[in-house]
Amino acid sequence: MKYEPVIGLEVHVELNTKSKMFCRCSADYFGKEPNTHTCPVCLGLPGALPYINEQAINDCIKIGLALGCTISEKSLFERKNYFYPDLPKGYQISQYRWPLCVGGKITLDSGEVIRINRAHQEEDTGKLTHKDGVTLIDFNRSGVPLVEIVTEPDFTNVEQIRDYAKKLQQLFRYLGVSNADMERGDMRLEANISVRPVGQKELPPYRVELKNINSFRFMVAAVEYEIKRQITAIEKGEKLSQETRGWDEDKKCTYLQRSKEEAHDYRYFPEPDLPELILEHKKIQQIKNSLPELPWIKSGRYKKELNIRVEDAVRVTESIGMSQFFENAVEHGKDHGINPQDIVNYIINKKPDIETVLPTQIIEEIKGKAIGVVGDVGELKKLAKQAIKDNPKAVEDYKKGKEAALQVLIGAIMRLSAGKAEVGKVKQILAKLLLEKDGDQYA
Amino acid sequence: MADITSLTLTQTLKALEEKEFSLEELNKAYLERIKKYNSSLNAYLFVNEQNKQSFSTSKKIPAAIKDVISTKDIPTTAGSKVLGGYRPPYDATVVNLLLEQGVGVIGKTNCDEFAMGASGENSAYGVTKNPWDKTKVPGGTSSGSAVAVATDLCVFALGSDTGGSIRQPASLCGVVGLKTSYGRVSRYGLIATASSLDTIGSLTKSVEDAALVLSWISGPDGYDANCTNEKFTLQPKTWVNHPTRLKASIQGLKVGVPKEYFGEGLDSKVKEVINKAIKKLEELGAEVVEVSLPHSPYALAAYYIINPSEISANMARFDGIRFGFGREKIGPEVKRRIMLGTFALSSGYYDDYYAQAAKVRTLVKQDFEKAFASVDVIVGPVSPTTAWNLGEKVDDPLKMYLADIYTISANLAGIPGLSVPCGFSDGLPVGLQILGKQWDEETVLRVGYAYEQATDWRKEKPKL
Repeated sequence: MKYEPVIGLEVHVELNTKSKMFCRCSADYFGKEPNTHTCPVCLGLPGALPYINEQAINDCIKIGLALGCTISEKSLFERKNYFYPDLPKGYQISQYRWPLCVGGKITLDSGEVIRINRAHQEEDTGKLTHKDGVTLIDFNRSGVPLVEIVTEPDFTNVEQIRDYAKKLQQLFRYLGVSNADMERGDMRLEANISVRPVGQKELPPYRVELKNINSFRFMVAAVEYEIKRQITAIEKGEKLSQETRGWDEDKKCTYLQRSKEEAHDYRYFPEPDLPELILEHKKIQQIKNSLPELPWIKSGRYKKELNIRVEDAVRVTESIGMSQFFENAVEHGKDHGINPQDIVNYIINKKPDIETVLPTQIIEEIKGKAIGVVGDVGELKKLAKQAIKDNPKAVEDYKKGKEAALQVLIGAIMRLSAGKAEVGKVKQILAKLLLEKDGDQYA
Repeated sequence: MADITSLTLTQTLKALEEKEFSLEELNKAYLERIKKYNSSLNAYLFVNEQNKQSFSTSKKIPAAIKDVISTKDIPTTAGSKVLGGYRPPYDATVVNLLLEQGVGVIGKTNCDEFAMGASGENSAYGVTKNPWDKTKVPGGTSSGSAVAVATDLCVFALGSDTGGSIRQPASLCGVVGLKTSYGRVSRYGLIATASSLDTIGSLTKSVEDAALVLSWISGPDGYDANCTNEKFTLQPKTWVNHPTRLKASIQGLKVGVPKEYFGEGLDSKVKEVINKAIKKLEELGAEVVEVSLPHSPYALAAYYIINPSEISANMARFDGIRFGFGREKIGPEVKRRIMLGTFALSSGYYDDYYAQAAKVRTLVKQDFEKAFASVDVIVGPVSPTTAWNLGEKVDDPLKMYLADIYTISANLAGIPGLSVPCGFSDGLPVGLQILGKQWDEETVLRVGYAYEQATDWRKEKPKL
């Protein structure tokens, strides 16, 4: 029997708001002196209370809208109760029954659609460092706004996961809501995996959660390993069960972290310290209107309006910066008769640094190339004949066997062509011409 | 001149303005009195007697603050050993607001551990004694605050009320206790008991004082997301020369008497005292009508689901990692509520308990809304009995929970409530409860003021 994996993803993204989710501490914690971005609220001191950061809510709405979610006009924060030393209140303020954004989808490059179950707002935990037999806690990250995006179990292979993660990352950066840097932990992935016989419609009766895997590469490796492990187990007649597994990078395998019996009961209940989140339709509309053109919309438009290949359109819409650079170049190129596909080709081949190179500069370069004699053999021949005529000494030397004399002729051609002649072709043409015996033909 | 410690806050301010005595003299008088009586009453857990310290009160009006309210650098234990020695790095919003008004912290008052209880007996630091009879409980959980006010060990006190914790000890000790509307006063810095029920209010020597303190501590602060209503602005200074709303006659006001508050369980002598008080309101021109709060019988059950559920989460931070001690120091009542709440929120039980209780809460709230459509205030007893014997109910949690039967509904509904001394039963004080619409502290205080001025109960003081 053949088996196929059923995978759902949970992506956590840290927002780049100025202050934390529920207090006024700076949310820019990366690389800062431990426990310097803290206050009674994010330290969970007795008596401290959360206060909602509106910017974070707006950012979460932006993400939701971009993913085609419905924005709940009424949503609630809830407490997710569990004990861990990096969680100072003993609960995380999150959303569960009444998330901010529900439903939605994202279309992969393959055309496959991944359905989004929800995108909700929550807060990050502190950070533990285990060192020399002690554990240190840094609360700078505690309370940094997080948005969690949960998909339906629509993935069936690692390529889809890769593309999905890349698309989300691109989206976060387009929206300007997060740096979405995986290495820094701005964006984190968790996967729920199970396998079922190909053709079966129902979801398997278990799922394995891959958690606390802090790099994208490891996640892919873990998912691949887990698919194999589960298929092997089922083929052996083993019964798989609900559990949480981690990734051992040294042994290159997943390992059991928590079994079903040890699963947390988070005892969610509405956060009594916060009012209901009521959003007016008008406000949601305002945020919707403020969204930038999304990458997948933009690439479609480029393809249609600029008549460029779809894969190229995807390339030049990788980031907002790149697409702006491209659009400026296209605009400028119009005046010089350069078509968008030439610009795309240039960008893809030469990979100009868009931070330092101006769009007008690449147009000049493309233009220069266009009037260069590069491909035109007839033109090059004409120039070569001129050079031979002008440099009889060099021709003689060459014929006597002095290879270096050829350089004199090449140099002359380059001068004649204002440096635009293509050296390789020039060499071929010269060699050919110089081999011909009848000097008259030079004329 | 009478002992300056017997003056109300309003009288004290006036005397200071007229330079009858200085702030130093005022503080000295209170500190001396505390020294003399606190050991036998155990009202204070910490007395701020060191003028050397940065938080010296010698230039401020001496107020007592319940020990669940955070005071910067001043020990704040919430009546628990788990917070023994804890000195918060910040002041609660209410403390900041008082400091701005020239009020200082003369001491931190005893209370049931994390404000869970009804008698004051759950404090990990020993019980506070009822000054009217030291073999009786003072009520709880703002026990120390009520006793400190009753015995003139402070000018006024702050307390917190989650299910009756200001009104009930005020009633049992014979002082004025105001539970504010939920959302009127910022809870920032108040060590949480049950977040959706917790309110901060005052224990004072007069109704006028309660209004003044409310005008100082109310209003949004940008830290309590549920505190959104405007500041209470009835400034007593304007009352001096102008007839004001607080002091306006209650002629024609409609006073509702809920029949559910006079049934089984209400001590007959207490009932008699309350009925007399209601008669008095009638004499003052109020129109007394019977109202019904039909869901009252279910309020206690709903309360004891919601309250422990929230507590079970609120207590999780006391893990001994960042402050305080380990969980082994937590007392039995707190543990009981953690267990109850954890159970009620557990997977598979949430819908039967918490969700159900939340629905009852809505019904209780609607009961009040319906009643207030036809009356201005609702009056009745605060407590079914007067102060009971120390130790009498400690082994029977359910009996202890029933002590809050008339007060918890106001917390479920978020409405304001006042306890005003209205007489005695066998030598022990009885308080009249005046409940109002949410945000309508004004009418509640107005009725309380009218009643207080028309009677002499406020002049009675316990003999120490």
